[in-house]
Amino acid sequence: MTTSTPISQDEWKFTAKDAALRPDLFFSGHRACAGCGPATVLRLIMKATRGPTIVTQATGCMEIVSSIYPYTSWGLPWLHTAFENVAANASGIEAAVKAMQKRGKIKQEHIDVIALAGDGGTYDIGFQALSGALERGHDFLFILYDNEGYMNTGIQRSGATPTGASTTTTPAGTVQPGKLEKKKPLTDIVLAHDIEYVATATPYYWKDLMIKVRKGLEIKGPAFLHIFAPCPRGWRTEPAKTMEYSKLSVDTCIFPLWEVVNGKRALSTPSKIFQLSPQKAKPITDYFEGQGRFRHLFKPENKQLLDQLQEATNKQWQKLLKQCETP
Amino acid sequence: MVSKQPVNQELLALNGDEAVALAVKQSNVDVVAAYPITPQTIIVEKFSEYVANGEVTTEYICTESEHSAISASIAASLTGARTFTASASAGLALMHEILFVASGSRAPIVMAVANRALSAPINIHGDHSDSMAQRDSGWIHIYVETAQEAYDSILQAFKIAEDLDVSLPIIVGLDGFAISHTLENVNVLPDEAVAQFVDERVLPMVVTHEGKTVPFKLDPDSPMTMGPNVSPAFYFEFKRQQDEAMKNALQKIQDVNAKYAELSGRSYGNGLIDTYQLEDAEIAVVVIGSTAGTLKVMIDELRSEGIKAGLLRLRTFRPFPVEQLQNALKHLKVLAVMDKSMSFGGFGGPLFNEVRTTLFDLKQHPIVVNYLFGIGGRDSNPHNLRKIFENMQQIAKTGQVDTVVHYLNLRE
Amino acid sequence: MSGQEKSWKELMFAAVSPKPSTDFLTGDWKTFTPVYDKEKCVGCLQCAMLCPEGAIIWNAAAGKVEFNFNYCKGCGICANECRVKVISMSMPDKEE
Repeated sequence: MTTSTPISQDEWKFTAKDAALRPDLFFSGHRACAGCGPATVLRLIMKATRGPTIVTQATGCMEIVSSIYPYTSWGLPWLHTAFENVAANASGIEAAVKAMQKRGKIKQEHIDVIALAGDGGTYDIGFQALSGALERGHDFLFILYDNEGYMNTGIQRSGATPTGASTTTTPAGTVQPGKLEKKKPLTDIVLAHDIEYVATATPYYWKDLMIKVRKGLEIKGPAFLHIFAPCPRGWRTEPAKTMEYSKLSVDTCIFPLWEVVNGKRALSTPSKIFQLSPQKAKPITDYFEGQGRFRHLFKPENKQLLDQLQEATNKQWQKLLKQCETP
Repeated sequence: MVSKQPVNQELLALNGDEAVALAVKQSNVDVVAAYPITPQTIIVEKFSEYVANGEVTTEYICTESEHSAISASIAASLTGARTFTASASAGLALMHEILFVASGSRAPIVMAVANRALSAPINIHGDHSDSMAQRDSGWIHIYVETAQEAYDSILQAFKIAEDLDVSLPIIVGLDGFAISHTLENVNVLPDEAVAQFVDERVLPMVVTHEGKTVPFKLDPDSPMTMGPNVSPAFYFEFKRQQDEAMKNALQKIQDVNAKYAELSGRSYGNGLIDTYQLEDAEIAVVVIGSTAGTLKVMIDELRSEGIKAGLLRLRTFRPFPVEQLQNALKHLKVLAVMDKSMSFGGFGGPLFNEVRTTLFDLKQHPIVVNYLFGIGGRDSNPHNLRKIFENMQQIAKTGQVDTVVHYLNLRE
Repeated sequence: MSGQEKSWKELMFAAVSPKPSTDFLTGDWKTFTPVYDKEKCVGCLQCAMLCPEGAIIWNAAAGKVEFNFNYCKGCGICANECRVKVISMSMPDKEE
């Protein structure tokens, strides 16, 4: 039993006007950098909440910029404890709500629990707690905002940093062209926990993102949402172009949008276009261009690496198509 | 002195871990989040049986690590739930970072620690290295002597931790194996008596960013931000608040000890220190935990020989009862402080350091020596313990100290 | 009142945040300011949805967006994403 309205195109369309009129539960006056992708992501997530909700967030740039004492940017009950344990925090909140509901100490019929973390708090240091909470089957939505590095501490490599990216711990040098390793296939690992809802999103497609947040909340048990969120500071991009890169990540099939509901995977509309008309997909260089972290890849000596990356992207895309139902 | 007639109690044969689990069951805990580790495991096993048999409605989270156990505990506690966890040794060490978060977040979690040595080399036996390493984590530390006291102290711990002037997490330490696994006769209170004693958790009131005065918990009806990013302009003030809460705990522990005595007929000194034959003693030992039992037997023996020996068992290590220790120890000629943990390269063990520092300001104070003992579960039998008193007698006679820091029952 | 002068006794228990960040204006961070042709705004709200600051407000009565310069950090996402290209980023002194 939930108090919410189930997601449906009739009931809640997430039209721009509906969404714009919903209060910003992620308040203005936060200290994120100008043009911050994750800040938009948080605004959209909070606008998509459906009722009584508790949020817990891992340490990271968005945790810092939203909670600089004495100010808070959180219009919902919000808890931060540490970097590596946000899924365990969510477990504790969910269990406390359940226990106190049983004992009549909480009057709300249902409370949604959202765990927020960056890629560091999800792929790397928070990975164990995440896996444990998924296995235990707590009713919560884990939202990863992935800006592909430890941006809060000054742009270090994470398990989410893509091959070839220059970070302060994988600088593009004379013998190494940025990060050598692949991005960890996190969503595949999350899916292997056999949870009911896993999806990807990116803020340019804000409506798709909000619907996925709502779906993740409606699912009983754990749900996981991987949101790709460009970081102008860490990616060395123009702040004005944050949403352009968000879109290009989809248009180049670097970050395809899809969702898995009860084991069935389907491409979301923005990515489906490239399944139907593969020629519309853009080369990855369109996405790499203008990103300072990939600048070195355009040097003649790195041409081969650039080709390899295009090939790897194609391969990943083909693999994804096979994993998806035929339209 | 107990004025009222204590309630009728049931005598059960329980080991320390079972006694803890039973106390948790009776305390109407909302959430338990824990991970097994020897010698604490019996607690979570026993509690799991209660869950499996429907004897409790507690939500029990079997986490994938101690780190997540304490993290889930904090979040549950801050959602308003009465919360318990348990750990030991490596598990407690894994919690280390989050222990500070628990106290800084003012989450009144109760944790039983079945004290055990730390690796390496790996050793599952009892010493105090694990919880002594958490000395400055902002938790209240109470150490017990028996399984009975373990049971009693868990009940008291909820009252102390959840007190509005305290609101701090608390560790109840019981010696690994010596208490955790040893069967004892334990007097158990009726469920109703416990329910009345521990009562429902009451929450402190806070003012939120919306200007509302509301109970301190994560509640969608009254949103608040917990665990913000605090600059040097404010951080020190919040740490000072924690120190004050510890000072408040000093009184609260004594009050709860007295109130519990009325109910059960049992008390442990004044709740902070528990003394034996100390008042007229010339030489005495300060110790933590189950070794106090053996020492009492030893003191009886020495007394029968006309030696004025005494004992002070430190029950509450944090907050550190400075005044109580000064008053209790100032008259002694020689004092031996026994440490069941080591501070490598330091000047003796942690308890020795603090007790000795406490006595420094007195006009006259005893000569204080240190005995490191029981490390990794090394046995401390009466024969070994007697050597401590013999040495103190020698010092008392000559005024000369050859060695300040001793290793008891170590092969040289 | 920044709250900074409060003693440890006066500060709220457990560092519960006392103020919303809407009290903290970030409008002076900007170098460039969005300027738009209000008449040509079609009210698609793409700018408002993508603004990281929540600094673009939907005026339902007018059917137009409005900027809240108290929070706008001048990132230029709105200008970049405007579907009818009626927002531009300008140095404030030059424009006003």
